[in-house]
Amino acid sequence: MPSGQLFTRGLAVAWLSVIVLIPLAAVVARSTEDGLGAFWTSVTNPQAVAALKLTLLVSVVVVLVNAVTGTLIAWVLVRDDFRGKSVVNSIIDLPFALPTIVAGLTLLALYGSKSPVGINVAYTQVAVLLALLFVTLPFVVRAVQPVLLELDRDMEEAAASLGAGGLTTFRRIIFPNLVPALLAGTALGFARSVGEFGSIVLISGNIPFDTEVASVFIFGQIETDNVTGAAAVSVVLLAISVLLLTGIAALGRWGAKHER
Amino acid sequence: MSASAAVATPGRPSRIGLRLVALGYLALLLALPVGLVFYRTFESGVAPVWEAVTTPEAMHAFYLTCVMVAIAVPANTVFGVVCAIVLVRHRFRGKNVVNALIDLPFAISPVVIGLALLLVYGREGWFGGWLLDHGIQVIFSPVGMVLATIFVSLPFVVREVMPVLREVGDEQEQAASTLGANGWQTFWRVTLPAIRWGVGYGVVLATARALGEFGAVSVVSGKLVGRTETLPLQVEERFQRFDLTGAYSAAVVLALMALVVVLSMNLLKPKDRKV
Amino acid sequence: MGISAHDVTKRFGDFQALDRVSVDVPDGSLTALLGPSGSGKSTLLRIISGLDQPDSGSVVIAGRDVTGLPAQKRGVGFVFQHYAAFKHMTVEQNVAFGLKIRKRPKDQIRARVHELLGLVQLGGLAGRYPSQLSGGQRQRMALARALAVEPEVLLLDEPFGALDARVRKDLRQWLRELHEQVHVTTIFVTHDQEEAMEVAQQIVVMNEGRVEQVGGPRDLYEHPANRFVMGFVGPVNHLGDDELVRPHDIEVMREPADTTTRAMIERIVHLGFEVRVELLLDDGRQVQAQITREQAEDLGLQAGQLVFVRPSRSMVFTS
Repeated sequence: MPSGQLFTRGLAVAWLSVIVLIPLAAVVARSTEDGLGAFWTSVTNPQAVAALKLTLLVSVVVVLVNAVTGTLIAWVLVRDDFRGKSVVNSIIDLPFALPTIVAGLTLLALYGSKSPVGINVAYTQVAVLLALLFVTLPFVVRAVQPVLLELDRDMEEAAASLGAGGLTTFRRIIFPNLVPALLAGTALGFARSVGEFGSIVLISGNIPFDTEVASVFIFGQIETDNVTGAAAVSVVLLAISVLLLTGIAALGRWGAKHER
Repeated sequence: MSASAAVATPGRPSRIGLRLVALGYLALLLALPVGLVFYRTFESGVAPVWEAVTTPEAMHAFYLTCVMVAIAVPANTVFGVVCAIVLVRHRFRGKNVVNALIDLPFAISPVVIGLALLLVYGREGWFGGWLLDHGIQVIFSPVGMVLATIFVSLPFVVREVMPVLREVGDEQEQAASTLGANGWQTFWRVTLPAIRWGVGYGVVLATARALGEFGAVSVVSGKLVGRTETLPLQVEERFQRFDLTGAYSAAVVLALMALVVVLSMNLLKPKDRKV
Repeated sequence: MGISAHDVTKRFGDFQALDRVSVDVPDGSLTALLGPSGSGKSTLLRIISGLDQPDSGSVVIAGRDVTGLPAQKRGVGFVFQHYAAFKHMTVEQNVAFGLKIRKRPKDQIRARVHELLGLVQLGGLAGRYPSQLSGGQRQRMALARALAVEPEVLLLDEPFGALDARVRKDLRQWLRELHEQVHVTTIFVTHDQEEAMEVAQQIVVMNEGRVEQVGGPRDLYEHPANRFVMGFVGPVNHLGDDELVRPHDIEVMREPADTTTRAMIERIVHLGFEVRVELLLDDGRQVQAQITREQAEDLGLQAGQLVFVRPSRSMVFTS
């Protein structure tokens, strides 16, 4: 039924346009409203640059830590066996379910000024890192876990029968198979880190040139009515998101092609 | 060492070592902080918590949070299923663009989303002035907050349903049509039952996001206590006022809702699905 | 009456799936569309059913021009290679689906479903889900589901293609018997010439989007219209450039006679009642002869032996 198809297709496109496309277009339009010169001035404002630098730097660290810990956790959940494993498996999703503001409050309770263990990282860059590690924890674990689960044990046994030790087998056999999932998981985590707001607001202190990340900077510009400046930095974040999504999509196609 | 003993599972000591590192990381990052919030909340008994969550402002925040979920999730469910069907079953030019657009809300900063809505529906925005003249206030009102919530939770149902639709294939739908079912009947009787688990999982994920959204809603709400304040906004507002018990109490309410969500997620996990 | 497709053409991108195909299927008959994969047989079936639309040409079912009508309005029963069972419905609900769509009274539906499940020998499994059935049972359920709405025609797309060899054999015979009972005009698609020969009354041989020949099983075997049909419906030997001979049309003798050629026996393969003799001719050509075991024993055939052969019956197709 071409007419029915046309209707549902139109509905889907209209919905996406109203909710996503038109608002984002407004941001891009606003950022260049006063010309490209003004856009450039806004983006190169030292405070904005500092915020963007911190955001990217911490996000890179987050990606690296996640790649290691995420793979480790996934491995333990798939290959190890211990009591309470299913509980551990369920709480991995907690950061997805827990509101970000609650996540921030939560970290502040243990690692803030009233820390019962005497560790106070509140209002430092470490706090930003901690918050981002919390909210991005599930990405790598949930990307790698199913691949590890599906991985053919025969391959490892074959490697072992050929004389490869545990570490060699991991490096040469398991790891190469995990790479596409690992890259996709870390890329999603990176995208989330770059845009994260809620979990950082309370714990970072939002000190300009020190702990202020890009999204907090944008929020501040909106509050002080510098909407054009906010839009300009937003466009930078938007560009990073689009780039990452394109990369992930390409990765997906590449992964699909190299399977089987 | 014999070949079979060398299989990539390392020896017992290193296996336990890896386990301890993984569990330790999870404990320090996840379990202990969350546990501590619960402990701190109930440190001086249940009474102050009860008081904090039953103030008129708290009740209104809870109510408003539920309203956000009640509008955003059904809307995204309907359009999520429609979008998934269009993207999986239809062929048309520009499909790749639509497909990429759907993921954007995952990758964009919530603050940018809030700003985007502000620029369209704010007093100075593209449609905001016209809407205000006709008595519709979007920004600094629940309307804008609902739009923000819909934006951030948009991809979940689509992304969960699409792989299921692909997996199910279109043969059952073709069979239904040869048996005399029209498009609408085929959808209700064949397609929807086949994708119900995917829809359910997507709804749970969207609910979690809608419940907890902070950044985007924060920008468009104006944070008017008792009027445009949801639970996540209330957590921040109370924290900034040094009302720690109040902030913790609101956070615990949200955390409990999140717990329900996590439990449902595990019930609906793809691997546990039968039939 | 029956089904007729006229001048049907269909392209998929650069691929010409059907090139002006015309087919007539008599009312009440059991017809096979036979051809290799890519020959267009499934495409033709889907166009008759309305699941696909032709680029040009027309389809008439039971005297009604249905070209352009969607599948749901054609009154056809369609059976898919992979069953297309509704996985969330029981066997009973699957079979009742078309009747429910037509809003028949409940007791009438129940009676009809009961009757059909008896017909396809699934009476005791009404409450099961498709996942609890074997492949053969699923396909019989799919057949009952297609028959429930009393279609004018029954279309089966490689109905036994996903089943293992023994179940296939059983179902072939069963399908023929079923057709004798319900007598609905039936077309089934297959790439297996043995299946087509065994089940169908009329066979349409297709190749590269065109119809090569239409006829009864015996017709096709004995009077193939061209080289392709002869090669597709049975084994052949090539003698000379245009001469084709079936293995059992080759005579094997110990002594030379008129028009015989000398050959050496390379191998003898025992096939039960018959024996396949693999021969190497003087000119280096390899041919196979099929004779009964008794003949082979009478001749005392052995590998390495020299014998004399000649075709008793051959076909010449000038290209």
